[in-house]
Amino acid sequence: MSVLDSKIPKGPLAEKWTNHKNNIDLVNPANKRNIDVIVVGTGLAGGAAAATLAELGYNVKTFCYQDSPRRAHSIAAQGGINASKNYQGDGDSDYRLFYDTVKGGDYRSREANVYRLAEVSGNIIDQCVAQGVPFAREYGGYLDNRSFGGVLVSRTFYAKGQTGQQLLLGAYSAMNRQINRGKIKPYNRHEMMDLVLVGGKARGIIARNMVTGEIERHSAHAVVLASGGYGNVFFLSTNAMGSNVTAAWRAHRRGAYFANPCYTQIHPTCIPVSGDHQSKLTLMSESLRNDGRIWVPKKKEDAEAIRAGKKKPTELSEEERDYYLERRYPAFGNLVPRDVASRAAKERCDAGFGVNKTGQAVFLDFSSAIERYGKEKAFTSGHKNPSKEEVTKLGKEVVAAKYGNLFDMYNKIVDQNPYETPMMIYPAVHYTMGGLWVDYNLQTTIPGCYAAGEANFSDHGANRLGASALMQGLADGYFVLPYTIGNYLSDDIRTGAISTDSPEFEETEKAVKERIEKLMNANGNKSVDSYHKELGLIMWNKCGMARNEKGLKEAVEEIAALREDFWKNVKVPGSATSKNAELEKAGRVADFLELGELFAKDALHRNESCGGHFREEYQTEEGEALRDDENFKYVAAWEYKGKPADAVLHKEDLVFENIELKTRSYK
Amino acid sequence: MKLTLKIWRQESATAKGKMVDYPIDGIDGDMSFLEMLDILNEQLVEKGEDTIQFDHDCREGICGSCSLQINGEPHGPDKLIATCQLHMRSFKDGDTIYIEPFRAKAFPVVKDLIVDRSAFDRIQQAWGYVSVNTSGNTVDANTIPVEKEKADESFNAATCIGCGACVAACKNASAMLFTSAKVSQYALLPQGQVEATERVQAMVRQMDEEGFGNCSNTGACEIECPKGISLDNIARMNREYLSASTKG
Repeated sequence: MSVLDSKIPKGPLAEKWTNHKNNIDLVNPANKRNIDVIVVGTGLAGGAAAATLAELGYNVKTFCYQDSPRRAHSIAAQGGINASKNYQGDGDSDYRLFYDTVKGGDYRSREANVYRLAEVSGNIIDQCVAQGVPFAREYGGYLDNRSFGGVLVSRTFYAKGQTGQQLLLGAYSAMNRQINRGKIKPYNRHEMMDLVLVGGKARGIIARNMVTGEIERHSAHAVVLASGGYGNVFFLSTNAMGSNVTAAWRAHRRGAYFANPCYTQIHPTCIPVSGDHQSKLTLMSESLRNDGRIWVPKKKEDAEAIRAGKKKPTELSEEERDYYLERRYPAFGNLVPRDVASRAAKERCDAGFGVNKTGQAVFLDFSSAIERYGKEKAFTSGHKNPSKEEVTKLGKEVVAAKYGNLFDMYNKIVDQNPYETPMMIYPAVHYTMGGLWVDYNLQTTIPGCYAAGEANFSDHGANRLGASALMQGLADGYFVLPYTIGNYLSDDIRTGAISTDSPEFEETEKAVKERIEKLMNANGNKSVDSYHKELGLIMWNKCGMARNEKGLKEAVEEIAALREDFWKNVKVPGSATSKNAELEKAGRVADFLELGELFAKDALHRNESCGGHFREEYQTEEGEALRDDENFKYVAAWEYKGKPADAVLHKEDLVFENIELKTRSYK
Repeated sequence: MKLTLKIWRQESATAKGKMVDYPIDGIDGDMSFLEMLDILNEQLVEKGEDTIQFDHDCREGICGSCSLQINGEPHGPDKLIATCQLHMRSFKDGDTIYIEPFRAKAFPVVKDLIVDRSAFDRIQQAWGYVSVNTSGNTVDANTIPVEKEKADESFNAATCIGCGACVAACKNASAMLFTSAKVSQYALLPQGQVEATERVQAMVRQMDEEGFGNCSNTGACEIECPKGISLDNIARMNREYLSASTKG
């Protein structure tokens, strides 16, 4: 029997959540006033949770490293948010959203959690509209939808290419209302440095004021970690520069199990790396795959000529192009799920067909869409025999109305006009499905410590479908945590305020201060960024889109060695008592250097390919992922034991009662 | 490219600041402006000097952290972008570049190029929201139809990233463009109507309390805004404010 109890309620799938809500304990309004909750991170999950908990009457403290809660990286999400509203009448339902998500995750997620997610998805849209989120609308005044990869219905709600921004500003406005009421106290430019356990329960955090350097003690009856994902372990990713694993990793070191760290999403459509100076990668929304066609040259000579700048992509005829996604996956074509599209791009580039200077890029071409839309537009406006120029001009207008902001963004970064020549794209690290292990109530293995949004491992299995991250973050924050946390806090109505003078706070604060001192005094000769880049290269080359036993074993050793070197030779100038970006980065990279090793260890133990985790040893003859349900149909939850090499594996078996496990096919 | 950077250094809010010269070489046109500053900071680390502190995060023009005044212009010479989207190809070999924090009384310097923009947060806390609880039983989203044109206009106002370029561009350091964008987002939607009177009054009151200057319709804010937020919003806010005042 596993030590992990997922606490999935009994009963039929569709009734679990309702029954659970009816049976959990509530805290009466008068008692809520005496209970404090800390929320770390103010993105969609954290912002939504903080606002809702405060509305309920709890005293909430929020922490974020940015200067305002509104700047959390949820703000950068482009494409949209899924909900099973079935406004388009195309056959969508809670069950279909549930089914698509479990299948898209390659059958490595928990049925009950995913069903609940689908069940509350409609409420999210209602709530956001009530808040004044300006979603895209049709001329009739009703909400518009579009479609995303891996599904056959239109269930994605959106606000141009800035859906994340609008949803986050909605959650932030709900927070503002509670800040104005005095129910939320925001601690901005504050970073959580450690979790404080008293009597085995999470009872507070140690935080650093990033402006003054002061180390502060904050107590609460429960702590919610909504601190996002750890994609920046790769150095280059689409995450924000400050996105980090520290809050989650510190909780892990205090006893929270870390689940499926190797499940990483490498997003297929990002702007390729241009040189060594690069600090981050920029996503081009998946929505572009609705209209863009992905290709590389059929002949290697052409690819070489393009790389050398001797040929232009527009000079190649249709016959000379290989639309490899349409060729390999005729049913879904360019709209296959992200993991499949990314691997296919890598396969072509590795085979020598890449198209930019480094050979690490494929084309995303809008010329067919421009022609198709142009003809349509000409026809509807009465030009039954338009000239080629006219069609192109009209087509460009239509494409600009749909994707203008993305085309402009591309133009600014790459200095090429995507209306005239195909975009160059390549996969990049985007999202991490792994994270802190949580039960059905979103509680980690530390009582009173909860994890929400990308910070937990929850709902996406081994691969996340487009427009599902925003849905999960808001579901956790608005509609799940506020119920489940009440059940836990109902035991705390007589506890009274938690003192910060206890030995536990004392000791944890001391450990934090010592660690900062150690970083400041390492007195080495290498910058934090140089270590981060080195770690990123190991991760990308050996734990990236394709992994194998040999590479992963090397990665485990190389990362451990790099970590040892870091603590001896890192150089952190400036002082610990004022704003110091180098010190902030140093603490985060130190944690990435531990997480990276556990990541490789997890990938090494999982002898199968599933979703974003592709092991070269386990593939079909056609190069598709080969799952092993008999041996690996479980969540791998790692227990911290001093160093990543000694982490102990606990398995939560995944039980599928409502969905039949199949080989995922998008052909 | 070889450049001379003149950068504002200031130890803390109370310390006296000054411009310091930093020569830099080997800069490529494909680098972003912030990547150029990364390189300079790496060189400072090598020398054991305190690095130049500046706010940045998403580096794709949406989080609004960037707040650099470059050669006297918020976010530099290019239009409709935040500093992180500015590329070095906008400069040429031998250029001297002045880099300062956004200047405004309501945005005190925290350190070097970082300013405190919490005044913006407080304006929104004053009433920048619709008072609706998260209950799970609000009405179905499609029972509130919104005219497409209004929804689009509301969205355009809502795309403000809260960077403060409008304030930095204004000779009076006025926050009218920012505040009016927030007021407009709600004023254009049916969901915002119920509290419209209180909202505009509370937000304008807070804006005045924060020490921002008055609007003199020069329009510099609109020109420098990375998201192209329109001056129409200011007109709309003035109308909302006037109508709120007459309601008492």
